[in-house]
Amino acid sequence: MNQVYVARAKEVAARRVGGELMILSARDSKLFSLNETATLIWEGADGVTPLAEIVDQRICRGFEVDRAVAFRDAEEVVTGLVEHGILKVSNMPIEETQ
Amino acid sequence: MHPGSATPQEIAGMVVGRMMGAEIAHDVVVEIGGLPISVRTTSPEFLQMLVDRYSGFLNPEAEPVFELEVEIAAAEMLPGAIDPDADLSVRFEGGRWVLERGDFHAELDPALRRGHIRQTASPYAIDAAFRILHSLLLAKEGGILVHAASAVRNGRAFLFAGVSGAGKTTITRLAPPDVTRLTDEISYLRREGDGYVAYGTPFAGELGQPGENVRAPLAALYLLAQGPVNRIDSVTDADATRALLESVLFFAHDSELVARMFDSAYELVQRVPIQRLTFVPDARIWEVIQ
Repeated sequence: MNQVYVARAKEVAARRVGGELMILSARDSKLFSLNETATLIWEGADGVTPLAEIVDQRICRGFEVDRAVAFRDAEEVVTGLVEHGILKVSNMPIEETQ
Repeated sequence: MHPGSATPQEIAGMVVGRMMGAEIAHDVVVEIGGLPISVRTTSPEFLQMLVDRYSGFLNPEAEPVFELEVEIAAAEMLPGAIDPDADLSVRFEGGRWVLERGDFHAELDPALRRGHIRQTASPYAIDAAFRILHSLLLAKEGGILVHAASAVRNGRAFLFAGVSGAGKTTITRLAPPDVTRLTDEISYLRREGDGYVAYGTPFAGELGQPGENVRAPLAALYLLAQGPVNRIDSVTDADATRALLESVLFFAHDSELVARMFDSAYELVQRVPIQRLTFVPDARIWEVIQ
C-alpha cells in the first residue's frame, strides 16, 4: 500500500485562539476552524511523517478508536482540507513545509 | 469643518504646483491616520475634487510617506473597457503592487514609496486606491482598516462593527452632541504602545459625510446587532476573532500579508475589549456607551 504524506500549505496563516485552531486562507481569505481530529492531523502534517503514522501516534493513542475507522476518518478530513487549500497531499514525502 | 467646496485662495494654500512636461502638475498631501500621501495630478478638475473631498485631511506641511501620480484617462482606456464587472484585483508582481478594477489601474512600488494610477475622473477610484494603499501600509505595523463606524466620547474611541444593515450608520446618526464621529464606514486603527488608536477617516458610508480628523485611544469594539433591548454581552476570543476578520478590509491574496493581518486581528482581540452590543435603534443606546 502506498504511503500518504500530508503537509501544511504555505498559503495559509494558522493561529490558536482560545483553544481553537483557526486557519486563514490567502487564496480566498476564508477562515476555517478545525475540529479536534483535523487539528491533530494539521499539527502532525510535517510533510515527512506518513498519514498512517500521524493517525497512530496522535489519534489512536489518545482516543479509544478503531484504527481502520480512525484512518478512514482522517482520509476524509485530509480530502476536505486539501480541497480548501489548507493541506497538500502526496504519495512521496513533501520536503517544503512550514 | 468640511466645506462643500474650497475657494481658489484656499486651494492655493494646500497645493504645490510644478511643471510636468508642458503641463503644470499639482501636488496635494492627504493625511489619513497620520500617514501623509501626496497625490500629483495635471487635471485642475481632479485637483478641485481632491481638495473638496478630503478637505479636512489635507496637510501641505507633512512629509509624504508615499507619492501617487494620477493620470486621468478615458473609460475605454481602463480595465473596465474590457470587463466592466471585473472585481477588484490586488496582486504583487515584480516588486510592485498591482491594483486593478473597472475604473482604475494602479502600480505601487513599496520600495520607492511611489505609485502611478491611471483612472477615470471618478472620486471612487482614488478613494478605493487610498483604502488599499493604507491597508498595505498599515499591515506592516500591525494596524488595520475595519468595516466599522467609530466615534470618540470622553476622550476614548469606540468602534461599531457589523455587516451591512447591522446598524453602523444608525448608531452614528443617534449619537448625542458630545460624541465626535470618526467615520460611519471605515475605521482606522494603529498600534500605539500597548493599545490601539482610532483615527477619523474621510471614507463615508450611507451618511455621506466624512469623519472628523481626530484621534483617540480605542476603548472598546462592539459587534453590532439590533434587538428588542439594549444589552452588552461578552464573546469568546475565537468568536471575536472570527467577527473581526469578517470586518477587516483586506485586499491582497498574499500569504505574508494574510499572516500579518491574522496577527493584527489576534493582537487586537487580546488588547481591546470586544463585546456584542445588541441595541434598539433609538438614542438611549448611547447611555451605555461612555
